[in-house]
Amino acid sequence: MTDAGYTTGRDLPGAAALAAAVRRGERTARDVVEEHLARIAGADPVLRAFLCVTADAARARADAIDDLVGRGLDPGPLAGVPVALKDNLCTRAVPTTCASRILEGWRPPYDATVVERLLLAGAVPIGKTNLDEFAMGSSTENSAFGPTRNPHDPDRVPGGSSGGSAAAVAAGLVPVALGSDTGGSVRQPAALCGVVGVKPTYGRVSRYGLVAFASSLDQVGPITRTVDDAATVLEAIWGHDPRDATSVPSPPERLGEERESAPGVVRVPPEVSGLRVGVIEELTSMEGVAASVRAAVEAAASALEEAGAKVEHAAVPHARHALSAYYLIAPAEASSNLARYDGVRYGLRIDAPTTEEMTAVTRAAGFGPEVKRRIMLGTYALSAGYYDAYYRRAQRVRTLLIRDFAAAYERFDVLLAPTSPTVAFPLGSRTADILAMYGSDRCTIPSNLAGHPAVSVPWGRGEDDLPVGVQVLAPALGEAVMFRVARAVEEAGPPAPEPPAQGRREVGR
Amino acid sequence: MTPAAAPAPGAPGAAGGRDRRYEAVIGLEVHVELATATKMFCGCANRFGAEPNTLVCPTCLGLPGSLPVLNRAVVDLALRFGAALGFRVPEESIFARKNYFYPDMPKDYQISQYEEPLLVDGAIEVDGVTIGIERAHLEEDTGKITHLGGGGRIHDAAHSLIDDNRAGVPLMEIVSRPDLRSGEQARAYVAELRAVLEALGVSDVKMEEGSLRIDANVSVRPVGAERLGTKVEIKNMNSLRSLSRAIDFEIDRQVALAEAGRPVVQETRHWDEDAGVTQAMRTKEGSEDYRYFPEPDLVPLAPTPEMLARARATVPELPAARRARLVAEWRISEADARVLVARRDLADYAEAAVAAGAPGPQVANWCTGEILSYLNDTGMQAHVLPLPPDGLAELVALVADGTLSRPLAKDVLGTCLREPKRPRQVVAERGLAQVSDEAELARVVDEVLAGHPADVEAYRAGDDKARKRKRGFLMGEVMRATAGRGNPQVLARLLEQRLG
Repeated sequence: MTDAGYTTGRDLPGAAALAAAVRRGERTARDVVEEHLARIAGADPVLRAFLCVTADAARARADAIDDLVGRGLDPGPLAGVPVALKDNLCTRAVPTTCASRILEGWRPPYDATVVERLLLAGAVPIGKTNLDEFAMGSSTENSAFGPTRNPHDPDRVPGGSSGGSAAAVAAGLVPVALGSDTGGSVRQPAALCGVVGVKPTYGRVSRYGLVAFASSLDQVGPITRTVDDAATVLEAIWGHDPRDATSVPSPPERLGEERESAPGVVRVPPEVSGLRVGVIEELTSMEGVAASVRAAVEAAASALEEAGAKVEHAAVPHARHALSAYYLIAPAEASSNLARYDGVRYGLRIDAPTTEEMTAVTRAAGFGPEVKRRIMLGTYALSAGYYDAYYRRAQRVRTLLIRDFAAAYERFDVLLAPTSPTVAFPLGSRTADILAMYGSDRCTIPSNLAGHPAVSVPWGRGEDDLPVGVQVLAPALGEAVMFRVARAVEEAGPPAPEPPAQGRREVGR
Repeated sequence: MTPAAAPAPGAPGAAGGRDRRYEAVIGLEVHVELATATKMFCGCANRFGAEPNTLVCPTCLGLPGSLPVLNRAVVDLALRFGAALGFRVPEESIFARKNYFYPDMPKDYQISQYEEPLLVDGAIEVDGVTIGIERAHLEEDTGKITHLGGGGRIHDAAHSLIDDNRAGVPLMEIVSRPDLRSGEQARAYVAELRAVLEALGVSDVKMEEGSLRIDANVSVRPVGAERLGTKVEIKNMNSLRSLSRAIDFEIDRQVALAEAGRPVVQETRHWDEDAGVTQAMRTKEGSEDYRYFPEPDLVPLAPTPEMLARARATVPELPAARRARLVAEWRISEADARVLVARRDLADYAEAAVAAGAPGPQVANWCTGEILSYLNDTGMQAHVLPLPPDGLAELVALVADGTLSRPLAKDVLGTCLREPKRPRQVVAERGLAQVSDEAELARVVDEVLAGHPADVEAYRAGDDKARKRKRGFLMGEVMRATAGRGNPQVLARLLEQRLG
């Protein structure tokens, strides 16, 4: 940390190390928070990962954590760990915009369940991160407040929609961030930024306080630099929530071991011996998958085989149709979820002679083009006379996909696939080609439609020296085995590239 | 039964739905608020009359990120209703979103049930006719909007105020089959449904507080025709009386159109209580498309065998059975039984008075008379009256043993309905006990006759008609002299003896 506080993400202490130091009283939470605030101040003018930095609240909270430690109390497994929250997670009295003009200035009166649980674990929320408006996009370019840049190359996108969270973690601005994943929005930016991103089983993490995009697909998940940190954060936030009717009631199994000296901090064993691993043929060999990406998946498969797993090709035939089904179901739900932004109660209002006109002009001004496109798509898909042809048929595809997965999981414990078909693409390169942009999520969408967990783990570098991610998929509630495989991939894989070369240069100017 | 405003003068069929060449086909959608402690999808209190926007939380306000969680009590009440009226309960029912923009709906969609409701195929007997009920489903209520200025209509209002206390209150929509044929029958159907809902404790069924709301679908066709006529939906009927008036008006209107060879337009019409007419409501361009789809925030509702058993076990005696029992056991008229049982609080009160030893007919008499009008005037419930049921039994006993005349008893009851005093206490305090002592009454009679010699003379000289008049006058004077406490039978006999 010799240069303006902007250091590489990979070599920084992660959540586990920071929490351990704070718990033992070796470092104060205040010191940890100040260090990260300084990094944000140094790098974020270029990266634009944050929409809002809550420095004062973070300092006050850090002091409170230090006070607990001083009194001999344990603040929890994330003691003093700065966390960034995607700005579609409700935070009490802190603006929550979903990167949309229509919610600009709105301050929720309550915290999302995941935020409450992070606080209970001792974490220190430090700011809200940028995203594609209402989480609709794959590049963070759909933010009403401007794009976030990829720390590995500021001319490239960080992926999306949780691009701000992934960039913040990759650049070392925070060790932990939360994102939300509706069609790949945690995993794809994690892959493009060279960090770990998890989408848990649908219902494992409460959606209460996550501003809805597509309710049957949305899940909150952690973005971290290591698999172990992801496991620790996931264990802190998951579990049944009576405020979410779709929350899974059964208690989750542990993801790894913990040391007596550090309760709640998870260490995942990279044990894969005897596991059956299937490489999803349809996604890995699909047209448009970059050579480096295919090579990474194959290399990861070989590494797992060497570590004692049995690796074969797996078939998930309906994965081919997942994208089409997704772009009916998700917009359909979104068209309903976003109806409430009508100018009546909160957020933007542009006055007009009648209530109907007021709502119309407010929505016209408040939503960006991608959000409008999806509202129109979804409204159409649900319309009388089209419902059966679109929405209902898409749900049938979803059922068929789930059957495919069920058959695959009779033969395999986990599946491997690319996370993103390509490495990070240049800013602006796909904004004119909607279908190319939508295609960014082809490999991640099947898990959302099935409600299954999946994780993206960095695997070295690909084209233009940019990070590549490998995706590990597991059946519903299969997080424990998924994490073991992810940990083994992490262990075997070549290191992700150093992110901050450009960032440092920018900051140094 | 004739509506206040008939169809155009000279139009045929202006007979209050009684043109015998036509048959009306009527189906009702009855919305009842369920009497749960909390709202349908959040923990806010379900209560009428609180300060606006004080019973709200992120969920019922539809704030971003909030989620609905179904209140189990809502399901229990609906299942009890289902058990009472023989509904079938499908294994699973599904909540759906009904999408439309309206400022009183916080999410701009309503969580309802559409293709798969909780209850299907029930029935209720109304005056010996079985009326089918197609379905009953659960949905959330909207907020309440008040338009200021512009005559209270949204299009002309300068401002609108929204109270979301009602947003998210549980509603059950009960959809009848088109089995009803007249305004009167529709009224009787709702009255019976209301009595059942009240007996079950499922709803407060107060139309004036909006906890029971009705939409009617009305069409007419020539008698004998198979095909249904074009149906019109009527809204805004705020009492049973306006329901039957509105339907009869609409029947007449449609018959008049048919007779004039003009088509009935499928539309929604608004009942104007003051004018006594239905009027076409301003409609949006194009037909409404609610874009229903399964609510992804809720899981399918699958009642367990335990829930169904509990629902069956909590069904009390239903109004029809109760009426039959009271008629048989108390030997009261069917009409009195109907009035009593129409209010569960009143029927419970009467039964408690009978249990305290009073004879049924007398209790029914007081309950359907003075007590019911007092309850209606004050809006009170019988169980909170200062006079407990055994107090009423005491009053009945005081009449039976001659202590009180009926007029005195009415006076005492009036006191006891307002103040927490037992009838005996009132009698004692005001010295109201009836005087039957003959010697004492004879002295009073003699004094009165001595004071009215001319009247006595006129009586003796008069014809039958004059005698009757004079006897009545003197009886009144005698009664007045006893301050109303003299036993009327004894006084009448003494007077007769002395007048000869």
